[in-house]
Amino acid sequence: MQSYTKVTGTVGPLDRVNVDTDQIIPKQFLKRIERTGFGPFAFFDWRYREDGTPNPEFELNRPGYEGATILVAGRNFGCGSSREHAPWALEDMGFRTIIAPSFADIFYNNCFQNGMLPIVLPEETVNEILNRAKERPGYQLTVDLEEQTVSDEEGVVAHFDVDEFRKHCLLNGLDNVGLTLQHQEDIDAFERRRSPLLPNAKQPAASTQKEPVHAR
Amino acid sequence: MPKTLFEKIWDAHLVRDAAGEPALVYIDLHLVHEVTSPQAFEALRLTGRTVRRPDLTVATMDHNVPTWDRSLPTTDEVAQQQMDTLSKNCAEFGIPLYDLNSDKQGIVHVIGPELGLTQPGMTIVCGDSHTSTHGAFGALAFGIGTSEVEHVLATQCLSQARPKTMEVRVDGQLPDGVTAKDIILSVIGRLGTAGGTGYVVEYTGEAIRNLSMEGRMTVCNMSIEWGARAGMVAPDDKTFAYLEGRSHAPQGKAFERAVEHWRSLATDPGAKYDRAELFHANDLVPVVTWGTNPGQVVPITGRIPDPKDFKDDADRRSAERALEYMGLQPGTPVQEIPIERVFLGSCTNARIEDLRAAAEIVRGKQVSRNVYAMVVPGSMLVKLQAEQEGLDKVFKSAGFDWREAGCSMCLGMNPDILKPGERCASTSNRNFEGRQGKGGRTHLVSPQMAAAAAIAGHFVDVRTWDRKN
Ligand code: SF4
Repeated sequence: MQSYTKVTGTVGPLDRVNVDTDQIIPKQFLKRIERTGFGPFAFFDWRYREDGTPNPEFELNRPGYEGATILVAGRNFGCGSSREHAPWALEDMGFRTIIAPSFADIFYNNCFQNGMLPIVLPEETVNEILNRAKERPGYQLTVDLEEQTVSDEEGVVAHFDVDEFRKHCLLNGLDNVGLTLQHQEDIDAFERRRSPLLPNAKQPAASTQKEPVHAR
Repeated sequence: MPKTLFEKIWDAHLVRDAAGEPALVYIDLHLVHEVTSPQAFEALRLTGRTVRRPDLTVATMDHNVPTWDRSLPTTDEVAQQQMDTLSKNCAEFGIPLYDLNSDKQGIVHVIGPELGLTQPGMTIVCGDSHTSTHGAFGALAFGIGTSEVEHVLATQCLSQARPKTMEVRVDGQLPDGVTAKDIILSVIGRLGTAGGTGYVVEYTGEAIRNLSMEGRMTVCNMSIEWGARAGMVAPDDKTFAYLEGRSHAPQGKAFERAVEHWRSLATDPGAKYDRAELFHANDLVPVVTWGTNPGQVVPITGRIPDPKDFKDDADRRSAERALEYMGLQPGTPVQEIPIERVFLGSCTNARIEDLRAAAEIVRGKQVSRNVYAMVVPGSMLVKLQAEQEGLDKVFKSAGFDWREAGCSMCLGMNPDILKPGERCASTSNRNFEGRQGKGGRTHLVSPQMAAAAAIAGHFVDVRTWDRKN
């Protein structure tokens, strides 16, 4: 996994609350079996007009936000579907950093799995950043993961919290599966003490047995 | 120390719990579907890893399957490729698969319980946010992303921070015409779409105890819609009766031993939750969503709210945007909103009991001339059962389309979608912009309310609606 240390970039302001993953990447693009190439489809319904040309009304299409790499949005960002295509699409669009007052759990988790950093800041701070970015298209921030700071040219805008373990993994680009496989013995030991009563998906009768009718 | 249901399951599944690291939790059942798994299998191949426990993994095709005649070829090549990829992956790694030819195929959250794979006390994951459904059996079940699907395939474990716990108690008795769907929509309406973030929720109280297993699944299913990590209900005699005799449930003596264990899972008296919320079932009414998130609900007797009345700035703007998208005016009585489509389906409300309740309402009546209505059973077993009870005839003679099982218009990945501007009464779980089709307008309701709306052509109050109409 790509490590994340320090990022400087233009802020893309998305001043909306409850942005769900259906909006981030609509279902018609979920049929792809690759992990990459979702960027052009991110925010599809907001970003393009019927004829496929960019919608000038959409915040991130306005002049000055080209090449933005830090997405700043309203609360409960990434709610809804667990589709990891959402962070893949954002990353592919250029965003490895997302700042919001709060995130939905699964999306938040999915970001870290992809070397992306979701940052929770107080709503007032987020609103302040949104205002600056809206007033000054091209407004830049620097995110320093080691120091846990967000700053602009005038200095530190905010400090943020991040789980120590996640920070460690992100800074070093560690692969989660690889980390867990180091604990193979613990997993083996656990399996030896698991109850034999627990179901096994491979029961031979599975395909022939009738399921009981659930009485009215 | 007294423990909650969640704590008992969590503690029993800790493979490793070292300070300064997330816990490593063992996963008893991993459900897989075609949309969120291809990249995970591909990653296994690229890293030379394999599936640790194919015997604890089950796959089905549900999200983009066609719901028309299965003997016809799929017209969507990309969807077909995704289904073929799942078949290939399952064959390569030895994972049991319920594909389109299986008479037990269906929505992953419908077939898990139906086959008896979902049992109390288990940890269950799936690359799908509505995995919380399985919590209705007293399991700890939650949705994960594709990287975590890969993680579970490779290790049968998941690294997880310990969530907080919340009790949502629903006391009293539900009035007639008020359903499990109305309970959960009312909870989301009051606590907000992010109200449960970070929590595993246990639903308790008389009204929850009185729900059937199907009703409990409806409630747990929508836990994610208010941000909760998982929803659960303590197992009881109803749970055991549901499971007895199912193909993956323990049989005979083993079943008795299992029941004994399952009984011990309920939250101990005196156990503490991090947070508690109380609802009174007697006060609940049938509700309808008016906006573009499931927290934007209004009683069937109510009117479309005025954004001006929202105190919070962001909420107000989101309400304005929602009304514009939904093509609704503030102050409009909900019962005067005409609808064009009705969708009875999804992992929230397409089980046999849901279909029975809806069929009761439409029996002997006709779908309104202005409405196109469809029923998409949650699984092929539900479909079969409904046909044995003659429900398909009730729906068909009323003018409903009767389909094969799948997710269908819950997310519109297959050809079942709304056209721009079309308004739909839907028994599914998400009314997000474009969820059921670009520009489509979704109102979430119970199966009874959807059925009645199909007949009337607009929303009606099922409590007072004249059924002889
Ligand atoms: S029915 Fe809808 S919510 Fe349920 S699994 Fe399918 S797409 Fe997801």
